[in-house]
Amino acid sequence: MTETQSGTTASPVERVIRARREAGTGALIGYLPVGFPDLETSVDAAVALAENGVDVIELGLPYSDPVMDGPVIQAATQQALAQGFRLRDGFEAVRRITSRVDAPVVLMTYWNPVVQYGVDRFADDLAAAGGAGLITPDLIPDEAGEWIAASNRTGLDRIFLAAPSSTATRLQQAVSTSRGFVYAVSTMGITGARSDVDNAARGLVERLREAGSESACVGLGISTAEQVREVLAYADGAIVGSALVSALANGGVDEVARTARALSDGTRVS
Amino acid sequence: MALRTQTGPYFGEYGGRYVPESLIAALDELAAEYESARDDPAFQAELAELHRTYTGRPSIITEVPRFAEHAGGARVILKREDLNHTGSHKINNVLGQALVAKRLGKTRLIAETGAGQHGVATATAAALFGMSCVVYMGEVDTERQALNVARMRLLGAEVIPVKTGSRTLKDAINDALRDWVANVDTTHYLLGTVAGPHPFPVMVRDFHKIIGEEARQQVLDLTGALPTAVTACVGGGSNAMGIFHAFLDDPDVQLFGYEAAGEGADTPRHAATITKGRPGVLHGARSYMLQDEDGQTVESHSISAGLDYPGVGPEHAWLSDIGRASYLPVTDAAAMDALRLLSRTEGIIPAIESAHALAGTLELGRKLGPDSVILVNLSGRGDKDMETAGRYFDLIDAEAEQV
Ligand SMILES: Cc1ncc(COP(=O)(O)O)c(C=O)c1O
Repeated sequence: MTETQSGTTASPVERVIRARREAGTGALIGYLPVGFPDLETSVDAAVALAENGVDVIELGLPYSDPVMDGPVIQAATQQALAQGFRLRDGFEAVRRITSRVDAPVVLMTYWNPVVQYGVDRFADDLAAAGGAGLITPDLIPDEAGEWIAASNRTGLDRIFLAAPSSTATRLQQAVSTSRGFVYAVSTMGITGARSDVDNAARGLVERLREAGSESACVGLGISTAEQVREVLAYADGAIVGSALVSALANGGVDEVARTARALSDGTRVS
Repeated sequence: MALRTQTGPYFGEYGGRYVPESLIAALDELAAEYESARDDPAFQAELAELHRTYTGRPSIITEVPRFAEHAGGARVILKREDLNHTGSHKINNVLGQALVAKRLGKTRLIAETGAGQHGVATATAAALFGMSCVVYMGEVDTERQALNVARMRLLGAEVIPVKTGSRTLKDAINDALRDWVANVDTTHYLLGTVAGPHPFPVMVRDFHKIIGEEARQQVLDLTGALPTAVTACVGGGSNAMGIFHAFLDDPDVQLFGYEAAGEGADTPRHAATITKGRPGVLHGARSYMLQDEDGQTVESHSISAGLDYPGVGPEHAWLSDIGRASYLPVTDAAAMDALRLLSRTEGIIPAIESAHALAGTLELGRKLGPDSVILVNLSGRGDKDMETAGRYFDLIDAEAEQV
């Protein structure tokens, strides 16, 4: 195992991101929800991401009240729920994906499903399925005591959010409590493709660096290879969601593969 | 320890701030501004003057002996929040928060609404203070409370029907939160009940506690003693917290919150959150909520749009756990019977929400007996509910619908 500068063992996500940085580019992180349009296809689509240049898979667990999500992801996750999505399908999807590709898989989940499943049980089952960690959009480090303990015990990554409005103290807290990467919210808003990614993102990543971050990935609004390249000029990773979900909704797994390949163009040194 | 001194962010194991990081700065700013306003005599004086000259406070109490004959002979006293400007208790909180928003330099108010009463109150404050206003309302509710949609529009607010999820109050809150995340620089989210992330539960309670403070003294003046029991309906729980608060440290005064049991608390169609739910995280706070095994929120049901919510404020969750207040279910049918009974015996048409408290009180009075005195929070008037009541009791002539 390799060592990070802080001296602790690097997680799989950290290793991938570092390798991409050392290659002179940055990581591409792709989001898709479990169970959309059905479990089988969502697994195939996630595999297609990894096979077409996506470095880290972010798998979303559908939730009834997704306050951080825009219309595209809401529609997809609502359909998955209407078709009977269960949390156990999430672990099943992680198991199937990690058996087929090497890219690390992190789950993106709102907090209540984890609470109801049991934080420790959730961590154990995710680790057993081969998952790498959790992105928690509505859990701030201040409320995360139980999850920090469970992730320390299981070695899972815990990815907290940082926002342009976060104070220096809060950015420091996000950096010191996160493992894997810090999710830098590019703009004050929710998920969804935007024509220009706020230059708030650049400022935020700079401030995260000052707070000691070695691994800051930018998400919200990124939908083109051009935007990926722009973001990777200053950040360690670019996170794409709605554009991939739209591709899956409109053109199935093939279209996801094409979109991922096109986006990954933005990660090549030009 | 005094129960009245709770200031959040936690009430026992409930409350907190389970929201995206993007909102934390706004919540911090709001909490700080609220605390400075709370301790500022000029702010309190401005709010008190508005209540005197605009809301119509203090609201009166009315003893209702003909209604009380059906409540085991207990004395029943109504706190008349229905007489406030805009027709419910909601205006107490709205004026307070709108003044805080003004201190913060915000120019745009957004709100969620179920019955439309909170939306109407927010649109009213926006008109009064010259702010712009957007109200999110579940599409289902825009249909059953069409009159209030028209009122909000007349007041200059934009009403956005929410078409996602169950298309009711919980989804309206989701959309309001999404709007707030994106527009937090200019916008204050004027949350309408004692739920949500800190500081909302404590701030909204503080703006409503005037209900109980007035009523406690009014009942003392009328009867020479504190009431035996205080009752209120519970949706998110703001009118109930408002009337309970002054009595929390009067251990002899029993507190009862009535939740909407819809077609029955043992059917799948109800909104009895504390009675049937279990603790979880919804809309930024830990509290009781209706959910399935996986923690997905379950859709609630009530004939009353204002009680049709699968969550409840964290202070109520705590008061229930420590046994200070009791929360009991009241069905659609019982509430509608009580609505008609108060109308016919006292000439007061209550909101369907408030009718849940009346129905609970009828049963409670029979239990507590004729020596008891029950103070009921009559949280709103029934004008907005005439369409629903008309259909329920078959009061509208078919030919009369086309004028
Ligand atoms: C008249 C009236 N009473 C009660 C409620 C329920 O809200 P809360 O439980 O916050 O008082 C509403 C909500 O719309 C209402 O309009």
